[in-house]
Amino acid sequence: MIDIIIDMVLLLFLTVMAFTILRLRDLLSMAMILGLYSLLMAGLFMVMDAPDVAFTEAAVGSGVATILMLVTLTLTRIRYEKKAAGLQWRPLIIVLLTGAALLYGIHDIPPVGDIEAPAQQHVADRYIAEARNETGVPNMVTAVLASYRGFDTLGEVVVIFTAGIGVMLLLGNGTRRYRG
Amino acid sequence: MNLFVVAAIAILISMALAVARTIAGPTIFDRILAVNMFGTKSVLLIAVFSFLSGRPDVLDIALLYSLLNWLGVLAALRMAERKEFYSTGADDSDSNGKSP
Repeated sequence: MIDIIIDMVLLLFLTVMAFTILRLRDLLSMAMILGLYSLLMAGLFMVMDAPDVAFTEAAVGSGVATILMLVTLTLTRIRYEKKAAGLQWRPLIIVLLTGAALLYGIHDIPPVGDIEAPAQQHVADRYIAEARNETGVPNMVTAVLASYRGFDTLGEVVVIFTAGIGVMLLLGNGTRRYRG
Repeated sequence: MNLFVVAAIAILISMALAVARTIAGPTIFDRILAVNMFGTKSVLLIAVFSFLSGRPDVLDIALLYSLLNWLGVLAALRMAERKEFYSTGADDSDSNGKSP
């Protein structure tokens, strides 16, 4: 019961923050609230019992992305978003169509924890039955991410590492000498 | 168990107050303070929820959140104060950015 209340309130906060970001013009405030949005998203992942996804979302979305946006703001020296003249019809139509498509897609989604769902039919039984014996990891999501899909996670780490190197090369300009 | 439910609801209410200050806050410092408070409340909510759901090992995530929250607020405050990250002084030798 309290799970549902927490979920609903957190989702309500997400909506409120999205509209706040839309309303604001100060880019620094927008970056801060965007980091908060990501933190809330990570909290929702945690309520869904996926601590690893929550870790990743918090570290990337709330930590790195916020800092990256602030650094970009300082480099571009733009402080305020330009106010658009009147209502923007084309983006509104695109957003409404996308939202309608997503709402339409909700109808087919089985409820959370449904054992008849297609996603639970393939290998989930083996994970549930054997994960603790085969990997020794107490959390099932962690076992799947870190052990069964170890190569996938390794690929993600390589991608993030490459992105970090690219950003450092771009921002560093190659002019600064390393002072050990 | 009941105690944790009441604590979670109280934390949710204080989170709502922080959101209200974030929306209303006239200056950037109001917003930064509200964001910081909201992050602290989310750390508390995760801690309470971990005991509520019987998984105290999720407390690690609460610790990570407090670290990240501190980092973001510090970066924003530094930018609000100096208007830039890369100062020209020599007190800043560890930042890997452009410097003269």
